[in-house]
Amino acid sequence: MSHKIDTRISWDTFLEGLWRENPVFVMMLGMCPTLAVTNSAINALSMGLATTFVLTASGFLVALGRNLIPSQVRIATFIVIIATFVTMVDYAIQAISLTLYNALGAFIQLIVVNCIILGRAEAYASKHRPMKSVVNAAGMGVGFTLALLCLGVVREILGAGSLFGINLFGANYEPWVVMVLPPGGFIVLGGWLLLFEWFKQRKEQRLLVK
Amino acid sequence: MTDQANQVPSTPTARMFMALGGMAMLSGFLVVMAYQITKPAIELNQRMAVEKMVFKVIPGATQRREFLATKDGVRPADGGEGIPIHAGYDDQGKLLGIAAKGAAQGYADLVHLLYAYDPACACIRGIEVVKMAETPGLGDKIITNADFQANFKALDVQLNEAGDALAQEIVTVKHGSKQHPWEIDAISGATITSKAVGKALNQSAQALMPLLKPHRALIEQGVTGGKAQ
Repeated sequence: MSHKIDTRISWDTFLEGLWRENPVFVMMLGMCPTLAVTNSAINALSMGLATTFVLTASGFLVALGRNLIPSQVRIATFIVIIATFVTMVDYAIQAISLTLYNALGAFIQLIVVNCIILGRAEAYASKHRPMKSVVNAAGMGVGFTLALLCLGVVREILGAGSLFGINLFGANYEPWVVMVLPPGGFIVLGGWLLLFEWFKQRKEQRLLVK
Repeated sequence: MTDQANQVPSTPTARMFMALGGMAMLSGFLVVMAYQITKPAIELNQRMAVEKMVFKVIPGATQRREFLATKDGVRPADGGEGIPIHAGYDDQGKLLGIAAKGAAQGYADLVHLLYAYDPACACIRGIEVVKMAETPGLGDKIITNADFQANFKALDVQLNEAGDALAQEIVTVKHGSKQHPWEIDAISGATITSKAVGKALNQSAQALMPLLKPHRALIEQGVTGGKAQ
């Protein structure tokens, strides 16, 4: 290897996925579950946690076997690893709550093709030590979960007048149904991106002034 | 990448086999383990979901018993072939209704229903959605819309004279044009899902009602005649 990879685990390893490289708001990955299952806060949270588990577990296994897996078959191996953990999550969610399972629908199985996970396996876990990969993957997972929650909370409040199933505004509130429908996902995502971009630009301008 | 990297000695085929094979073995082990661990909990969840739904769809029912409806008659559920039905009884063991499943293609996926058949009026007294993937806010109005639910206060499913089919097919009609007790008034904006409900009920009732009629007595004795669940 031409350059040595830093093996130390720092806060930055974890925080990377939370803010600077947030999978949804910065890297724009995993848009399919982001838009599809965030119609309520609880769905968003469960999807985020399921993805975090798959991300962390597959990151660990990929990093563990990084010197054993020949590069020619690495993608196939990664997919097998990811699919294994997704199947386990699928069973776990069925065991926890069938209502939740039905609400998330096909998107649990579709975690397999979530590009955040394969991306992390290929770009990070296959080059770093297991513990560091786990920390980084957990950070990415938490970042993804928070991003989904950002969407889910706004969409549930506006689209159903409730939060985590608890009614907020009473019976007189007429929900904006569009918010729990697919267009609402795009609108809210656009809103959040606008907000973050505005923060970023303001920060840059302040730096310039100084 | 440098030239050196391009000249990495090719990986022996055996190693690739080993890596993939080994990972597949590990994967198989993990998946089977997860399946075994979660199986009892999943089965319990499914049973509880069905049970809860049977009691919800047959108001007043406090006991239930499973039967299988077959061409040769109705017998207590034993895991064999036939249409599974759930009979619901009140505290005194009086038959209140029979719950059965139906399914038809909706807008997104199959709409799975559980409906309550009341032998006393030969009508459907209520429906519940077991599973569906219809658009939130539109297709799922079949659960929340009170006007639509009113279709199932007494949806007619009488048999014809020969007793081999319904006297009138259950049909879904355009919103506001329901005239007969066997018609379902569709929800405007959720027509496809409403039609799926009609189709699911019609298919299931057409198959089940002729099988039930000659054996009502057995189901009515249900609780006293055997062990209730």
